[in-house]
Amino acid sequence: MLIKSKPSISDHEITDPLIFSQRRQILKAFAATTLASAAGIGKVLAAETHDNHLTATPAEVVKNYTNYYEFSFNKQDSTKLAQALPIDPWSVEISGEVERPLRLNLEQLLKQQTIQEYVYRFRCVEAWSMVVPWQGFQLANLLKLAKPLSSARYVKFTTLFNPQAMPNQLTSSGLNWPYTEGLRIDEATHPLTILAVGMYGESLPKQNGAPLRLIVPWKYGFKSIKAIVKIELLKDQPATAWNQSAPNEYGFYANVNPAVAHPRWSQHSERVLGSSFFTARRETELFNGYGDQVADLYRDMDLRRFI
Amino acid sequence: MVSKSTIALIACCLPLLLLGIDIATDNLGGNPIESLHIRLGDWSLRFLCLTLAITPIQAISKWRGMATYRQLFGLCSFAYASLHLLVYLLVDNSLNWRLIWIDLLESPYIWFGVLCFLLVTTLAITSPKYAKKKLGKYWKKIHRLIYPACVFALIHYFWQLKGNLIQPIFYTALIGLLMLFRVLAWLKRKRGLV
Repeated sequence: MLIKSKPSISDHEITDPLIFSQRRQILKAFAATTLASAAGIGKVLAAETHDNHLTATPAEVVKNYTNYYEFSFNKQDSTKLAQALPIDPWSVEISGEVERPLRLNLEQLLKQQTIQEYVYRFRCVEAWSMVVPWQGFQLANLLKLAKPLSSARYVKFTTLFNPQAMPNQLTSSGLNWPYTEGLRIDEATHPLTILAVGMYGESLPKQNGAPLRLIVPWKYGFKSIKAIVKIELLKDQPATAWNQSAPNEYGFYANVNPAVAHPRWSQHSERVLGSSFFTARRETELFNGYGDQVADLYRDMDLRRFI
Repeated sequence: MVSKSTIALIACCLPLLLLGIDIATDNLGGNPIESLHIRLGDWSLRFLCLTLAITPIQAISKWRGMATYRQLFGLCSFAYASLHLLVYLLVDNSLNWRLIWIDLLESPYIWFGVLCFLLVTTLAITSPKYAKKKLGKYWKKIHRLIYPACVFALIHYFWQLKGNLIQPIFYTALIGLLMLFRVLAWLKRKRGLV
């Protein structure tokens, strides 16, 4: 496995709730400490960034080109409107098929988790892509705390419902609010699946899903749900927002797959954001290039049927 | 003395000038190529709407002699559509014909863009006076192809979007009104004959 999951920074070095308000600095410190002190992780990060030749997309592009339909359909407007979202205090509920249901506030959660950097490709179903250095932790490490039962086969995520701050939640907009997403338990506990609390060494901007969002790098971006308030472990596959809205266009799995076109457009190539005019589009890779790590999860499945 | 049609022509080029300025000042947002597609496509559709608007405006306002503007707007629609296509081939796909071919095969929304472009091209080719003279009574029939061209343009717009349909709905309503005028005028003529 690529990324070490054992905490390598002692607890007292991590988040002191008193200075949580300065988490911007803390996150920077995390990145620095992780790189400097943990040689193992340092190597892993180097491997992630250099072996795959991943060059981070300019932060300004990532901050100003976001799909956040709770605020607006327009990618620039959603950035402006999202600034009104109250994110402090914030808590997350973990419930369902677990031995120990939890409600954690963000301070507690950050205290328990080791924040590391994950440089991932991010591929939108709209056929554009970027490379983002996220700061976060493996979802598996959080789920462990609630002690999932063997009956837990799926994980459902729910975004905050706050129509006062998120005006589109008052309209139907083609999606059911609050936004929901889901993963199979083996996908959710895969080491590549993370919850992000920061990007580019700073706390997560509101338009990018602050304070807590999912990142599943081998799936289309709409799976990577933002502003999470609830994580439920379930026996059965949950209904998910885009899948409910157009089941033939947006599957539950939504694995990046150039061989399976969206019914109305090709998924064969993608526009890499930050690239200049006359630069050819990038040919999309199966599982967004993470196939060597995740293909096994789907070895008995027909990827044309389970979109 | 600058003629009215020269002024109109300059006005029609303004969106292109503004686009040029936005390119030069890097003011097209996080996905500038997508912005180029949208800006050029939008203007092509707007000029198509303007072209369709001339007949109702002439009937309601009793202004006459606007046919030259109709021709100008129609040609502008073709010009912006051509740039839209050129951006797709050259700027977005850097003439990688293999990628373009796959994209074309797998993207139904592009089929309608291509159909629309073929129709608008036919209209542009048969636009000059000598073509009109040569085609005689067929000219009017051929130029009714603007109606299916509008429908294809709207499908092309609708089918590439994921959630926000406000823009294509607006243009559908506008084109619907312009068509409704023609239907009403046709009904009135028919009744007049009876």
